[in-house]
Amino acid sequence: MEKQLLRLTVNNEYHELYIKPKKLLVEVLRDELGLTGTKRGCNTGACCACTVLLNGVTAKSCSVLAVQADGAEVTTVEGLADGGKLSPLQRSFLDHGAYQCGFCTSGMLMSATALLNENKNPKKEQIKEAIHGNICRCTGYNSIIRAIKAVVEGRYKEEK
Amino acid sequence: MIRDFVYLKATTIKEALDLLEQYKDDYKIICGGQSLLILMRQGLVVPKNLIDIKSVKELSYINFKPKEGLKIGATTTHREIEKSSLIKKHYPVLADMEENLASVQTRNWGTIGGNLAHGDPAGDPGPIFIALNASVKMANRERERTIPLEEFFADYFETTLEEGELLIEVQLPTIPPRTATVYEKFNIIKNDQGIVSVAASITMDDDHVSCKDARIVLGAAAATPVRAKKAEQLLRGHKLDNGLLEKIGKMAFEEADPVTDIHATEEYRRHLVKALTKRMVRKAWEQAKTIA
Repeated sequence: MEKQLLRLTVNNEYHELYIKPKKLLVEVLRDELGLTGTKRGCNTGACCACTVLLNGVTAKSCSVLAVQADGAEVTTVEGLADGGKLSPLQRSFLDHGAYQCGFCTSGMLMSATALLNENKNPKKEQIKEAIHGNICRCTGYNSIIRAIKAVVEGRYKEEK
Repeated sequence: MIRDFVYLKATTIKEALDLLEQYKDDYKIICGGQSLLILMRQGLVVPKNLIDIKSVKELSYINFKPKEGLKIGATTTHREIEKSSLIKKHYPVLADMEENLASVQTRNWGTIGGNLAHGDPAGDPGPIFIALNASVKMANRERERTIPLEEFFADYFETTLEEGELLIEVQLPTIPPRTATVYEKFNIIKNDQGIVSVAASITMDDDHVSCKDARIVLGAAAATPVRAKKAEQLLRGHKLDNGLLEKIGKMAFEEADPVTDIHATEEYRRHLVKALTKRMVRKAWEQAKTIA
């Protein structure tokens, strides 16, 4: 099958590549661009481990054809840190032990990042709603919610 | 593994209709792809040509006029409906339904047209839209047609969309006075699809004592979302009491035609239909009574 041109800006870096139309966004990110921070979990759209920001809002990269993202801006977990400095959410996740095996962490971070971009002061219920789709099989949800709340409460500032 | 296909992208309605005509032997339309890609990955749907309408911006809109009602374009996302101040104000039951539909990720990308055209009897929007007396507009290169949403669903995952035809918009009439519409699904995990769902819409008579009109719609209880028409008929012209509510529940139990699957047995679903129908009819009744 003929390959098609895909133009994608990932973490502020512009890429042009040729891919088969059946390629999923998660496959392009991981296999073509080597950005393996985005995890491929269930691969059926049920676990949200593969969550990325697509034009600023969350999407499951296993449930989007890469060709449909042509021209889009994508942010993956690798794009959260600024010049090696972790984002407030990333630091808070570390301090709160908001992971065990770590497989859901990048998806959780992306969902939480999207939430805080949209709403600086979410209530606990809104935090739970935002990460509702992200499944953590170690069931560490409480520490994840605490980590996000700590950022909401202003305990983690952007590092200068 | 998804099999290879030819990818064709439309950016206008005209381009989409031209592509549908040109490739009408074997195509599938993709928009948000939140349902379709699952089926393609399982090899249940293997299209030769995939026509992408996600970028057809002319089909992404939410319009409301007090006399005409609501029009939602087919490529409007679930998230846009959920967040719309127009919908929150005039059709709050729709905003509530969207908040409980799948995950934020799915709502960001999935579209209302894709949801309906997927034809899943367990989908959330179908029963509510039918309770709200919705119609759908479709078009091919030659003409447009508009039909009640009830007639749009044909069978499990099948609709009456014809070859070369594109779903354009969902139309909801203005909600009549003294009317309340409610919806609930029964599931194990919040925001999952319902094992059974029921929508009920009740319009009270001028006297605020008896029922003028009722619509009861069952989700995941048959091959398509279906109205429990005999149950509705029991209510029209009458005053609700516990005896009547029991009869309405029993009638809906009879009218449902559910299957046994991994989620529940047929019998279990029938009991859910009865319980949820009673709950929704009572809730709609209590709300409608208080609307001036």
